[in-house]
Amino acid sequence: MNKNIILYAAILIFGIAAPFVFPAFKVQLSILCILIILAITWNVQGGEMGYNTFGNILFYGLGMYLCASVQVGMFFPLAEWTEGGGEKTFVHTPAQFFQGFAVGLAVAAIVPAIVAGLIGYSILGLRGHYFAICTLGLGVAAGEISGGIEIIGAGQGFTTPPFPKVGSLEARGEFFYFCSFAVLIFTFLAVKAIYSTRFKLVLNAIRDNEDKAEAMGIQTMKYKIIGWMISAFFCGLAGGIMGGLVGYIDSTDVAFDGREMGVFMVLMAILGGKGTLWGPVIGATVFHIFKEGFWTFFLGWQYVALGVLIVVIVIYFPEGIMGWLREKYPERFGEVVDEADRKAQVQLK
Amino acid sequence: MDFLIFQVPMLTVQAVLDGLLLGILFALIAYGMALQWGVMNIINIAQGDLVILGGYIAYFMYLYGIHPAWGVIVSPIIMYFVGVIIYKLVINKVVDRDLFISILATFGISILFMQLMNFAFGADVVLANSGYGTTMLFDNSVTLPNSKIFSAFISIVFAIGLVIYMKKSKLGRAIRATAQNARAAKILGVDTEKVYAATFGINAALCGVAGALISITFTIHPYMGLPYTIRSFMIVIVAGLGNLPGVAISGMGLGVFEEFADYILGTEFRIGSVFLLLVLILVYRRFKLSKKREYLK
Repeated sequence: MNKNIILYAAILIFGIAAPFVFPAFKVQLSILCILIILAITWNVQGGEMGYNTFGNILFYGLGMYLCASVQVGMFFPLAEWTEGGGEKTFVHTPAQFFQGFAVGLAVAAIVPAIVAGLIGYSILGLRGHYFAICTLGLGVAAGEISGGIEIIGAGQGFTTPPFPKVGSLEARGEFFYFCSFAVLIFTFLAVKAIYSTRFKLVLNAIRDNEDKAEAMGIQTMKYKIIGWMISAFFCGLAGGIMGGLVGYIDSTDVAFDGREMGVFMVLMAILGGKGTLWGPVIGATVFHIFKEGFWTFFLGWQYVALGVLIVVIVIYFPEGIMGWLREKYPERFGEVVDEADRKAQVQLK
Repeated sequence: MDFLIFQVPMLTVQAVLDGLLLGILFALIAYGMALQWGVMNIINIAQGDLVILGGYIAYFMYLYGIHPAWGVIVSPIIMYFVGVIIYKLVINKVVDRDLFISILATFGISILFMQLMNFAFGADVVLANSGYGTTMLFDNSVTLPNSKIFSAFISIVFAIGLVIYMKKSKLGRAIRATAQNARAAKILGVDTEKVYAATFGINAALCGVAGALISITFTIHPYMGLPYTIRSFMIVIVAGLGNLPGVAISGMGLGVFEEFADYILGTEFRIGSVFLLLVLILVYRRFKLSKKREYLK
């Protein structure tokens, strides 16, 4: 227990100090926070519940558009904003900006959760690969359709409000970093709290054998929908912050970016280890470092590398880092190991 | 309702004809997907990218002065080997595993192919001009490019040829035996590993034919693969595995649906409507099955 407190304190201190120690990496660190949030939320779905989704990008993009639309729409006419390319005609005062952003984030979290609840009953009745392909379809359809809607910028994109200068202080990077870091801590603690309840056990039961879970008297559909709503809630939050951070929303390249974010979140969770609390965090961190290295040194070849990476991880490393550690040091994970039994198993192999 | 399509009745004829001819192509791709899904229990997300690659082979022949129609012969031969290589490198490691693993692995292949094609051929929308001219029907009010008729004809020829091959040849019988029961086939002396490789190769070759035809009749672009995958997946789940007439009919139905969606909703929603239709079909099937307390397997 004591060790854990020291670990958490160290991470917290590092998180708070990071933007001042590495000022050049502020944006990268914020993106890392967002990626970790996405990986954790995907893990609630794919890892704990066994419903492998490609569609959580739907909530991420929805949150992004909603946050920006609310932030603009609270003070200015939305249609004129997107038509004029945004910031040139209307300027947010600092108070308006922060007020709008706060309300926008709230909407960006709640509406996707409601959407997940509404479509959940239909979609979550599908299982296995049908669910995976169906959610893939949902994500791509959302991108294609939002690319045709005029009021949110259609094909030309949506410029989010520029960060206001408070006096002479320019703190855009810090602001978005601390936003994403705070949401990350919120997400982590919330998911940790959820994982210590019966709810997680029910999700695991659904993953292991849904029919049996149902036969044991668990209303699986209810739990599946709630699980998806939790995912959607945090995905929406992450999307809202990411929209502000990027500053420009495009339907298929930024918001509903199934080819990048949509795959990243699956990959990060699998790389770290599905169905663990720390797996997605570790996976996202490793993945982000690797990805940034590739994006910098092999510019242009990054998608080739990504494609190869997906294949390699999926084929040779499906248990992820946590799974590997667990196999190597089972004592650390609270598993009781019988030495003689272990040796016998090694011999059998 | 002031949609153009309802005011001009000939446009309806046009849309139906276009849709049918397009749908035959979809059915050909879906046939490949049904084949490898049925035999190897793998859903290949890279299906559409194989189609586009096949299209680029025909386009390259066109660039070098060879008539692109020859691509219909050359492209499947090259694509067969591409398919076998993909099988040897990746697919044979995911055959017996969870379906999600195969989806994700082929998703990786799809991203890889997309980007490699983008490097090799550029990000422009291209088409191989066959110079076949057009046929005018109904007093010049319906235009029908001859290339579309040609492509539909070739697709039917290939589909029928493959059906006969699967029925009569030794490999075809081995493939069908493996699809029914891989273990029993193995006991009876079928080299299932070879059968799997050949199945994936045949699937890729079918994609190659379809791609070559698409490059003649429509346009190709490195990033256009995923919609073809989704279309063929949709056709297969509507028709069911191993139901060939069903594949043909639902393929043509999808083609007609797309043409109408194009006219009514506008071209920018065309791909979106395809993906939404997939979601709707899956949800419909789910509700229908849940009445019997079953689910899609």
